[in-house]
Amino acid sequence: MKKILVVLCLAVASSNLMAGSKVIATGGATNIEGNSGGGIVPWATINGYSSSDEWSVTTFAARVGVDDFTLDSYGVGASFNNQWELSFARQKLGLDTIGGELRQDVLGIKYKVAGELLYTAMPQISLGVQFKKNRDFALPAAVGAGDDSGYEFYVAATKVFFDAIAGRNLLLNTTVRSTEAHQTGLLGFGGQGVTRKLMFESSAVLLLNYNLAVGAEFKQKPNQLGFADEQHWRDLFAAWFINKNASVVLGYVDLGDIAGLTEQTGFYLSVEGTW
Amino acid sequence: MVKYLLLIATLVLTACQQKPETTLYQRLGAEAGVEKIVDSVLYGIEHDQSIVHHFADTDIPRFRRLLIEQFCELSGGPCTYTGVSMQESHTGFQITQAHFDALVNHLITAMQQQQVPVAAQNEFLAMLAPMYKDVVYR
Repeated sequence: MKKILVVLCLAVASSNLMAGSKVIATGGATNIEGNSGGGIVPWATINGYSSSDEWSVTTFAARVGVDDFTLDSYGVGASFNNQWELSFARQKLGLDTIGGELRQDVLGIKYKVAGELLYTAMPQISLGVQFKKNRDFALPAAVGAGDDSGYEFYVAATKVFFDAIAGRNLLLNTTVRSTEAHQTGLLGFGGQGVTRKLMFESSAVLLLNYNLAVGAEFKQKPNQLGFADEQHWRDLFAAWFINKNASVVLGYVDLGDIAGLTEQTGFYLSVEGTW
Repeated sequence: MVKYLLLIATLVLTACQQKPETTLYQRLGAEAGVEKIVDSVLYGIEHDQSIVHHFADTDIPRFRRLLIEQFCELSGGPCTYTGVSMQESHTGFQITQAHFDALVNHLITAMQQQQVPVAAQNEFLAMLAPMYKDVVYR
């Protein structure tokens, strides 16, 4: 929680500092894996406000609190030319009921290959790679995971449709991810009989004005670890882009069953600072 | 009672009077509104170091008149744009995405200042956004 406050204070204190040229909110929010997206889905958007030949730096802190778990995530990112995005996030899943914690680092790179979010009929399309390293592998290994690290590859298509619903702009995103992670990697990767799977993820966001947006997300998850069912994730959120330096996202999440504990629902809070 | 009826009647009539504002041109504020939006965009350009150099050799009064014509015609107003095509007027200027973004930001600021309703702003942006391909990296 302290990190969330630090990021928010930094961001608000620095308002009016030069951000890039991109239109407000077009850098998206930062998802729990550290790259530009919604809350749980990476988008084709490039984080921050760097337009052509510009740099941008982002930092974020997020907390997901559900019945028996608390996920804290924080990290930094850099983007260039509205085309390249490099990100790093550190996650800690507190096992509030079971006891203990599971930590994971996520290093990500994203490259925009085609389209412009606002300006072209073709959606903005980006390719991304994430390297994930589990830092508490004893428990995942004990329940059947084979590797403490893994790569994920994704392709995302995102587009803003102007004047789409009641005169408001609508952002639609679709992401396909190749993964062999269990619970996004917090329960490790691979293992006996585990294969690489293609997963579908999607977001829909209605921009009420330049500063406020409401959205919903769906994240398909594989279910390959025998010891407990893994389920798809969903969320509903409201995002407030205070200015180009600061944004806050508050949401409701449904993470399904996790490690045998059923119906994990709760809140999502994320703050982001951008320079 | 009569007082209340009069009040309600007044409110209903006022509401009706505002209703015929249907064309985008009217929701942008018609002639006066479009002129103010264009003037505000010009002010934004003038104070933006990143793009003002593109207008160093521009005949500003002519540019202003053409921009007003274009905004007016696009939004369904009683005007005819007499300038050349977007592609023709921007080729060779090496306009980058950052320059285009900057101009979009100035237009948004201008429409916000004129208190153009969000729906009208979005409808207008929807018309202008496709010009990107005719303007940038030409």
